[in-house]
Amino acid sequence: MSSKKTVEKRDRGLPFFGVGKILPFVKPYRRTLITMVICGLLGSVQDIGMPLFQRYSLNHFVQGGTVDTLGWFIAGYLLMIFTQSAANYVACEHALRVEVSINRDIRNAMFSHMQTLAFSFFNQNSVGYLHARIMSDSSRIGSLASWSLMDTIWHSTYLIGSVVVMFSINAKLALFVVSIIPVVAVLFSVFQKRLIEVNREVREINSTITGNFNEGITGAKTIKSLVIEDTMIDKFVNDTSKMWHKSVGAARLRGLFAVTMNFASSAALAVVLWRGGYIATEEVGTFSLFMSYAQGMMEPVRWIIDAFSDLVTTQVNIERVSKILETRSDVTDTPEVIEKYGDSFYPRKENWEEMKGDIEFRDVSFMYPDGDEYVLEHFDLKIPFGTNIAIVGETGAGKSTLVNLVCRFYEPTDGQILIDGRDARERSQLWLHSSIGYVQQTPHLFSGTIRENLLYGNPDASEDQIMRALKLCSADEVIERVPGGLVGDIGEGGDTLSTGEKQLISFARAILSDPRILVLDEATASVDTIIEQKIQNAIDTIIEGRTSIVIAHRISTVKNADIILVVKDGKIVERGKHDELMALNGYYHNLYTRQYEDEVTSAFLG
Amino acid sequence: MNSVKENRNISDSSLLYSFMKGSWGYFVLSITCSFIASGADMVIPQILRCAIDNVIGGSDEMTSIVRTITGWFGGTQRLRQDLWIVSLAVMAVAAVKAVAQYVFRVSNTKGSETLAKTMRDTLFSHIERLPFEWHMKNHTGDIIQRCTSDIDTLRRFISEQMTSVVRILIMLILSMTFMFSMNPRLTFIALIPTPVIFIYSLVYQSRMRTKFRVCDESEGVLSAMAQENLTGVRVVRAFGREKYERDRFEAHNEQYTGLWREMAKLMSRFWCVSDTLCGIQVLVVIAVGAWLAVKGRMLAGEYVAFISYNSMMAWPVRQLGRVLSEMSRAGVSVERISEIQRADEEENEPDAQRPDLDKDIRFEHVSFSYDGETDVLTDIDFTMKAGSTLGILGGTGSGKSTMVLLLDKLYEVQRGRGRITIGGVDIRDIDTKHLRENIGMVLQEPFLFSASIAENIAITSPGIDMERVREASAAACLDEAVEGFAKGYDTFVGERGVTLSGGQKQRAAIARTLMKDTPIMIFDNSLSAVDMETDAKIRASLEKRFGTASIILISHRINTLSKADKIIVLDHGRISEEGTHDELKSAGGIYQKIYEIQSGGKEAADEQ
Repeated sequence: MSSKKTVEKRDRGLPFFGVGKILPFVKPYRRTLITMVICGLLGSVQDIGMPLFQRYSLNHFVQGGTVDTLGWFIAGYLLMIFTQSAANYVACEHALRVEVSINRDIRNAMFSHMQTLAFSFFNQNSVGYLHARIMSDSSRIGSLASWSLMDTIWHSTYLIGSVVVMFSINAKLALFVVSIIPVVAVLFSVFQKRLIEVNREVREINSTITGNFNEGITGAKTIKSLVIEDTMIDKFVNDTSKMWHKSVGAARLRGLFAVTMNFASSAALAVVLWRGGYIATEEVGTFSLFMSYAQGMMEPVRWIIDAFSDLVTTQVNIERVSKILETRSDVTDTPEVIEKYGDSFYPRKENWEEMKGDIEFRDVSFMYPDGDEYVLEHFDLKIPFGTNIAIVGETGAGKSTLVNLVCRFYEPTDGQILIDGRDARERSQLWLHSSIGYVQQTPHLFSGTIRENLLYGNPDASEDQIMRALKLCSADEVIERVPGGLVGDIGEGGDTLSTGEKQLISFARAILSDPRILVLDEATASVDTIIEQKIQNAIDTIIEGRTSIVIAHRISTVKNADIILVVKDGKIVERGKHDELMALNGYYHNLYTRQYEDEVTSAFLG
Repeated sequence: MNSVKENRNISDSSLLYSFMKGSWGYFVLSITCSFIASGADMVIPQILRCAIDNVIGGSDEMTSIVRTITGWFGGTQRLRQDLWIVSLAVMAVAAVKAVAQYVFRVSNTKGSETLAKTMRDTLFSHIERLPFEWHMKNHTGDIIQRCTSDIDTLRRFISEQMTSVVRILIMLILSMTFMFSMNPRLTFIALIPTPVIFIYSLVYQSRMRTKFRVCDESEGVLSAMAQENLTGVRVVRAFGREKYERDRFEAHNEQYTGLWREMAKLMSRFWCVSDTLCGIQVLVVIAVGAWLAVKGRMLAGEYVAFISYNSMMAWPVRQLGRVLSEMSRAGVSVERISEIQRADEEENEPDAQRPDLDKDIRFEHVSFSYDGETDVLTDIDFTMKAGSTLGILGGTGSGKSTMVLLLDKLYEVQRGRGRITIGGVDIRDIDTKHLRENIGMVLQEPFLFSASIAENIAITSPGIDMERVREASAAACLDEAVEGFAKGYDTFVGERGVTLSGGQKQRAAIARTLMKDTPIMIFDNSLSAVDMETDAKIRASLEKRFGTASIILISHRINTLSKADKIIVLDHGRISEEGTHDELKSAGGIYQKIYEIQSGGKEAADEQ
């Protein structure tokens, strides 16, 4: 689309409050919206009609002193009630439906778009932020497109209709009443603007207080040992006092807002009485009609202003959503590749070649998209099928870089990564990922059953294969322990399992997909020695017959690797076999010695 | 002690009552104002009625009050000439109403915010004073939930539901009274449909609430799904399951949306039916009223006023159903909050002492168990001379941290399982605050607060003496790191600030403890994330600084411990060796082995 234009405009906010951006989401529901609008109009027209009935009743029955048409009157009134209810029913139901549908569509669009975005995107945006974009921005936009529209229609129809009726009956008196509207509208807009600010301030203080609770509870040990309970409490009380003042300030403003509205209604009423009292001598009904309209006119003005301010505040949400939807992934397949191999959602597996499992880095230079320094420069490495590579280094030294490149989570800045002798970019990401097994340092399981989690890597696996994979990793004992076994629910993130158990399940999941290339981000989590032994055995079992890359935190576990790459400050400083590296007497030697000491010490101290 | 006892038996309602202290005045004022505002609401139709019937219509039928009041302004005839006076009366009443309404809203908020503040403050200070054991037993997320959303539910209950009920009842009673005074028969007719509307709204609202809960749960599932997908993005990509994830999300999204569509029908039906019911009620009043007026039993103004009152009644009746159906939520919240409030705070022994603590520390046959079954410490018995340095060597789970927690009274030694004394006084008899103020403790994983580095270091002392901050930070070898930050000591750290590395955090915690200048210092593995050189530098500066303090060093680096006056080796909760470095390094125990590994580490490793 016109991405260039949006970039230019972003600084000044989106044109027309970003409404253009959400039109594609609204379009599918235009029929529903039209029905909604028509029924809303119909319902609103009846609202205008009510005072007319009262007027008739007063003029004809009460002042005319006859009940001759009472039957017709009741019939007409009933008809109006029923048509109005029916119209409002349809309007409400449609508005709600549009709201939830747009809501759903935006969530879907955001979610599936995020599935295609690169890792640099996820590094720059926190999970909490993205989550809020999917879950809450969508609902704000949905309600804008339905309810704000609905409210505007209802209330502006009422407003216009009542003004028209008043003018047609008594233009002079109508003019007096109507003159109050602009004054009120200006006042309300001012209030509304302040109110948005004040509400934001209240929310900010509120989150500070939540933060205080969090700190006061998670920091309990420190607070107690430093004996600063009173300091913390004083600070807290200070913040809650601020909260009190801000909230009361907001209430004052809101109160003033509401009071002004009510007072304006009464003022309109007083005007009618003053300038229109004389009408009552002949037509009490007309007089009462003016009173009804005068009193009922301020509420719609408020609603219209509310709807408008929704439009203004929702602009932020629209901007954030469209910004994400317009973000393009750093890692994309070319149209030719997609043509042949399909994309992530519609793969063309019939065209996929079998992967052998050779990897080669050829003159690769790499800089993280948000970094300013090359972490790899002219790096060459051949990893023939079946090779076991280990990457070692201290925590935070940047050991994941090579893995990120092999998995195509990032593209090399320069140079090539060859899979089976061909540039990785010549085939689709999904093709590559389908042949990679991945075990994470902090095992990530999904809610659901163990079975569902295992099938994650290979949906077509048979019961037999599942059991074999579990046995290979000694994870079959986990199944016996968990209530419900394979099909028992393991809770959110698999949290009913211990870390070690999760690790074993994630190994089984990787085995089940029978990958040619296996990536292992070795666990540092403290697991008991029995499980640790099991995990070590599982690792030895599963790297057999595959190309494997192990990110190792403890060197002792990877001494037998075919190649060990030593990373320091993001860069590869040494590489070779264990013995060669030890002989170098350099960084690796140092690292190894220190870890060895620590391990042996802990072993002795038990 | 007494207050704790009372605390235990506190009931939910009396807890709420005690929280309300300080907000009663506001609520009384707000209800009074609500009464005045509603009263003003009632007066306006009366003015209009009088204007239509007596002033404009020229009828002489009026109550004595109306006659007196119109009399003040020169009678109805004169008012007819000067209708503006009547208009002004309307404005005047409206002004009274406006003021009353404003005060009502503001004082209602003041009341509920005062209540919320009292609850927050009480809970927070209570939580801060609960024993450490309680903190270990309870989930942070759960407690925070109780302190935030449950308090909010209660606040809303008081400010919206409770005052609403009062307001609604006032409106109902007043409008019914006025209607009754004008025409009892029509009032009865008007009242016939109201129970139907009320019951209908009550039943429907509680049905909708159930549906709402289902929707909420479904939203929770959907939200968790998105959360898991985002946190597990690596797994999703590496296994190539984007399509599966998308399909799963969309399927559940559809299900969730479906629930809302049902809800839409239900809500629309409710609005539609209750509108119809109210409409019919109004029709009945209009039609019967018209008939009565024609028969001469009602004047035109009365008729208009009656219709106004009737419409004032319709809103409260519908609202009452909603308010009542939401009340049940508050009860649950009170229950959840009072569970926290019922836990006992840390208490000193009645005659707690505040002795000087630069004395010998003795562990006398101390055994300890967290769960009452397995002992973490068994028969720990040693003396540490005042001003000396004690080194403790022990692995994970050896009980070394427990020893420190006991000394700081974060956990208490159970009666009959030994005792800890300082200068001969059992620490159970020492004022807890006094004890902790005299012990400086640095933890392995220190906690920094959301504040600037300077504020963090100076957190134990009122005001920030930058000179001392700098000095402490230099002693902890933190100064260089701080100077590297653009904002120096004003750099904001903690949850919402800059993330410090593990070593920087440890050094900041050391500086913070140094500011306290305590006679007893404990370093629980607190140099583990610092490299060897800095470790040595910090120890040197500590030695210089604390000639007189008693220092406990916990570590598994022999280097760190070797200069201690006495070293204890802890093995599975027991003291297995005790002595100086020179004695232990050739004693043939664990210490010797570790010493050999660490001093000849390289050679040993090479042999492997």
